[in-house]
Amino acid sequence: MRARSWLPHPTLTLVLFLIWLLLMNSITPGAMVLGALLAWSLPTLTRAFWPEVPQVNNSWKMLGFILLVLGDIVHANLVAFRLILGPTRKLHPAWIEMPIDLHDKFAVTILASTISLTPGTVTVEVGRGHTKLLIHALNAEDPAALVAHLKQRYETPIREIFE
Amino acid sequence: MNIVIEAIIAILLLAGAAFALVGSIGLARLPDFFQRLHGPTKATTLGVGCTVLASAFFFSSTQDGLSLHEILIVVFLFITAPVSAHTVARAALHRHVKTTERTQGEPWRH
Repeated sequence: MRARSWLPHPTLTLVLFLIWLLLMNSITPGAMVLGALLAWSLPTLTRAFWPEVPQVNNSWKMLGFILLVLGDIVHANLVAFRLILGPTRKLHPAWIEMPIDLHDKFAVTILASTISLTPGTVTVEVGRGHTKLLIHALNAEDPAALVAHLKQRYETPIREIFE
Repeated sequence: MNIVIEAIIAILLLAGAAFALVGSIGLARLPDFFQRLHGPTKATTLGVGCTVLASAFFFSSTQDGLSLHEILIVVFLFITAPVSAHTVARAALHRHVKTTERTQGEPWRH
């Protein structure tokens, strides 16, 4: 039995509480009491579904990472804008295999989702044992450079945050 | 309503509409399935993001207090969009959907 068995996922509880307040769109005492009750009871009742708690080692780094991804989404959307409206004959679509060096399942999920969210790349499949990702790129003239870019820009911070 | 806020809202709405439009154009004119997938998955992120931000600005300025529940739409969209794109792409991969000949590299075979 863990010491804090009455509060198995403190972060999840906090997130649920904030989501509830946002849904209600108000900070009245009534909304806060109900939100606190739900935020405590949902993780406790569904505890059996998530035995592992994802560890976030560095919250500030995570905030920085979120801002980095948001910035990249805006920038890459503008690039995709040009690619889509330009002549399609000039596109260089490619299948890319990207080796990954993450062990935590949650970290792999975050990396795959980040790659899909940033325009120009979609994660198509996760390899067995989480050692590589199959990515489809809309325009990759140099696949090796793209892999190096993705690894350095997203995988490194994710590893620092979750492992 | 303040003219500056009104201008911000108008710009955000137009930008959101433009991104959504380009995403749809991509869906229509790109040559193969996997390339087409890039259009709509991207348009949702920034197109809806801009529209929702405009909505938050509008209701914050016309009603009492901040209106922030729009943020939830963006959060949930950012969580679900990559998952649905991944699922659709995987299904296509398993069905061996053809890609244009110019595509470099090979997908994994099952």
